[in-house]
Amino acid sequence: MEAAKLARYARRRRANWLGLALSTVAMALGLAVLLWILAVLLKNGLAAIDLAMFTRDTPAPGSEGGGLRNAIVGSLLMLGLTVAVASPIGVLAGIYLAEYGATSKTAELTRFVTDIMLSAPSIVLGLFVYAIAVATVGHFSGFAGSLALALIAIPVVVRTTDNMLRLVPGSLREAAFALGAPRWKVSLMVTLRAARAGVITGVLLAIARISGETAPLLFTALNNQFFSTDMSSPMANLPVVIFQFAMSPYDNWIRLAWGGALLITLAVLAINIVARVWFRERAPS
Amino acid sequence: MPPANATPAAPPPNAIEVRHLNFFYGQFQGLKDVSLDVVERKVTAFIGPSGCGKSTLLRTFNRMYSLYPGQRAEGEVSFYGENVLDGKQDLNLLRARIGMVFQKPTPFPMSVYDNIAFGVRLYENLSRSAMDDRVEWALTKAALWGEVKDKLKQSGLSLSGGQQQRLCIARSVAVKPSVLLLDEPTSALDPISTGKVEELVHELKKDYTIAIVTHNMQQAARVSDYTAYMYLGELIEYGETDHLFVNPRDKRTQDYITGRHG
Amino acid sequence: MPDLTEGERLSGSAMLGIARRQRLQDRLFHRLTQFFSLLVLVALLAIIASLAIKAWPAFQKFGVEFIWRVEWDIVNEEFGAAIAIFGTVATAGIALALAVPLAFGIAVFLTETCPVRLRRPLGTAIELLAAVPSIIYGMFGLFVFAPLFADYVQTPARDLLGGMPIVGWLFGGATNGIGIVAAGIILAFMVLPFIAAVMRDVFEIVPPILRESAYGLGCTTWEVVRRVVLPYTNQGVIGGIMLGLGRALGETMAVTFVIGNANRLPNSVFSPGTSIASTLANEFAEAADFHLSTLFALGLLLFAITFLVLAAAKVLTLRTERAKGA
Repeated sequence: MEAAKLARYARRRRANWLGLALSTVAMALGLAVLLWILAVLLKNGLAAIDLAMFTRDTPAPGSEGGGLRNAIVGSLLMLGLTVAVASPIGVLAGIYLAEYGATSKTAELTRFVTDIMLSAPSIVLGLFVYAIAVATVGHFSGFAGSLALALIAIPVVVRTTDNMLRLVPGSLREAAFALGAPRWKVSLMVTLRAARAGVITGVLLAIARISGETAPLLFTALNNQFFSTDMSSPMANLPVVIFQFAMSPYDNWIRLAWGGALLITLAVLAINIVARVWFRERAPS
Repeated sequence: MPPANATPAAPPPNAIEVRHLNFFYGQFQGLKDVSLDVVERKVTAFIGPSGCGKSTLLRTFNRMYSLYPGQRAEGEVSFYGENVLDGKQDLNLLRARIGMVFQKPTPFPMSVYDNIAFGVRLYENLSRSAMDDRVEWALTKAALWGEVKDKLKQSGLSLSGGQQQRLCIARSVAVKPSVLLLDEPTSALDPISTGKVEELVHELKKDYTIAIVTHNMQQAARVSDYTAYMYLGELIEYGETDHLFVNPRDKRTQDYITGRHG
Repeated sequence: MPDLTEGERLSGSAMLGIARRQRLQDRLFHRLTQFFSLLVLVALLAIIASLAIKAWPAFQKFGVEFIWRVEWDIVNEEFGAAIAIFGTVATAGIALALAVPLAFGIAVFLTETCPVRLRRPLGTAIELLAAVPSIIYGMFGLFVFAPLFADYVQTPARDLLGGMPIVGWLFGGATNGIGIVAAGIILAFMVLPFIAAVMRDVFEIVPPILRESAYGLGCTTWEVVRRVVLPYTNQGVIGGIMLGLGRALGETMAVTFVIGNANRLPNSVFSPGTSIASTLANEFAEAADFHLSTLFALGLLLFAITFLVLAAAKVLTLRTERAKGA
């Protein structure tokens, strides 16, 4: 090869090296920052987690000690109700989009809107629920909190169900129809079954998504200093307690906030990992 | 449109009679003026190069195409005198009477037993023991009972490809249809499994009318009583298999069966 | 022969009854699933309607001017959205300016540079990080990042540049590490894994055959990225960035902890400020009557802005997917 070409090639190789080196630096930098955040969380959180955190309720301002029992229970209750409401609604809506929605303009619009709702600001959903379920009743409540969370969870479930059902081969659907099965049996007993790993993954991801949501609960469930399982009244929950405690001047509150933050993050990551492993093992290859 | 249909003179009744059938995928015409008879308790094979409309024709018999908007059929497909293409036709009932098996095995994501029982439960309310009998009967018909009788609780997906396909045949047989449509049932199978399915077709034609689409001419020659050769949406030639393969009347059929085409 | 008579039995009246029932059940199932899918649309309309109704008094008093008024005086009931909008846009802008190049680098690394063995674990790590609740980023910002930012960036900058003529005022003010810039940086940390994961997914749409033919011509990896992958996915990449922008604009917790929550015009680079979301989070609990209505007006504005951004993002990603048949 002539010298000019070789020189040009050397230049191209330098550009290549530089580009790839920069991408590696970006990866390293990104991971470093994120690991730094997790390390801080782990250090502060582990220092805060003890048995009392699970057995005592949130302390009053200025009092020593205390735990997060009421907040943990409140969060679990609200999450449970949200999942119980959002999963069937989301799955049925997803079935409609996948099984009936191939041609309908409304279905296409629904899909589009669902995608937008997936990333819509959660605080605005909180405002909305405040307007319809708090302002009208006159007080904050666990139910309102669940409703706000459901508004976030439903789009997640709808979209994963829709996507997973559309991955089911058409031949399976046809085979069920060929036996003379009515549409609802084909949908529920054959296609949904075939896609169930993906659908369950979607529900798990929705749980992970709403577990750490704070903003919509500020205006809906608010907080409750005491242990309560009455969902029609204000309810303690981890995210709001973390928010209020972290912003407070009390050391023991801040400590509890770190403990709660670690608890939520571990739960969210664990759900994510379980969902992934579950899906990888059971997804039809 | 050459009227290539030469209905055999022999008297057995026709299960399906097709008259002037045109089929459209949107603007594209997939079948052009097809007329033929499917004789009761015989095997009718449909051959031709891919895209010739043989699968399309099969899918009009049980209105499978109705699942997809934009696909429509004109003309007449009569199933024991009843027009299948009639808009008022109850498709579920129709499909319970005309079974279908597909190219690739399509076991449902449930146990072997439930794969069979699923279709039966749709229209029959059987006792536990009657259902057990029916499952055994269907699996025996499909020559699969011996291989799976200890695996009834396992997932249908755990069987081998050939077993899965026979499971699908058993599933169709279990609802006791009168016609079985087989759409290239062996194209995804190895030679040994293919042989088993072909034997099965032989066995089943005692009780069922069978229409089979195949891209494999030897298979058509081996298993069928009547053969239809289709090309570009037209029925080129139809007649008794022995005649068609030995003495094709149409040049295009001859080209195809001698391997000069497709 | 008994089989065939069985077959004919299907047309018997019992079968017809079952078929009729099934047709009914089918219609019911159709309507039921349709109802739930329409709920999503209804929810959207209900959100817009209820926010608009609650925000009505504010718009009635200030008109469209509300959007660019800078006053935020709770006592005298003089309100305007300008400062909050500025804070929202500024933090999101800073976040994207920092996060997009990094996310691009990460996506290139994950699809091109990374040894194949590490691709999946590292990709999964990025996706997991995208799932970390935003409140964690906020706490990190308040307790760890802000003090460091004050000591190592703000103070040196003030000492070095604060005395300069003309631009000196830009670096004045308190150096407690809290403010719009710090909030933007924390927001960048939060959206980084999200944008990186979306970009990686977009890059993976490129058919291997295209990549291979470019390599076949003797292209270097970097040239494949620049001349094949990027042109092929440009709309998807922009869509991914806008998706990140939508998230950043509407984010509450990562911002509220560090932005300083001061509803006044910034007078230096390090000034505290406020965003729409953080104003809502901070003032809502104590607000009443007219003040509440202005907060709803802010919420409506936020929803409108993010809706437009997200819709644009969706249109762009849809177009890439359709054009590429993915």
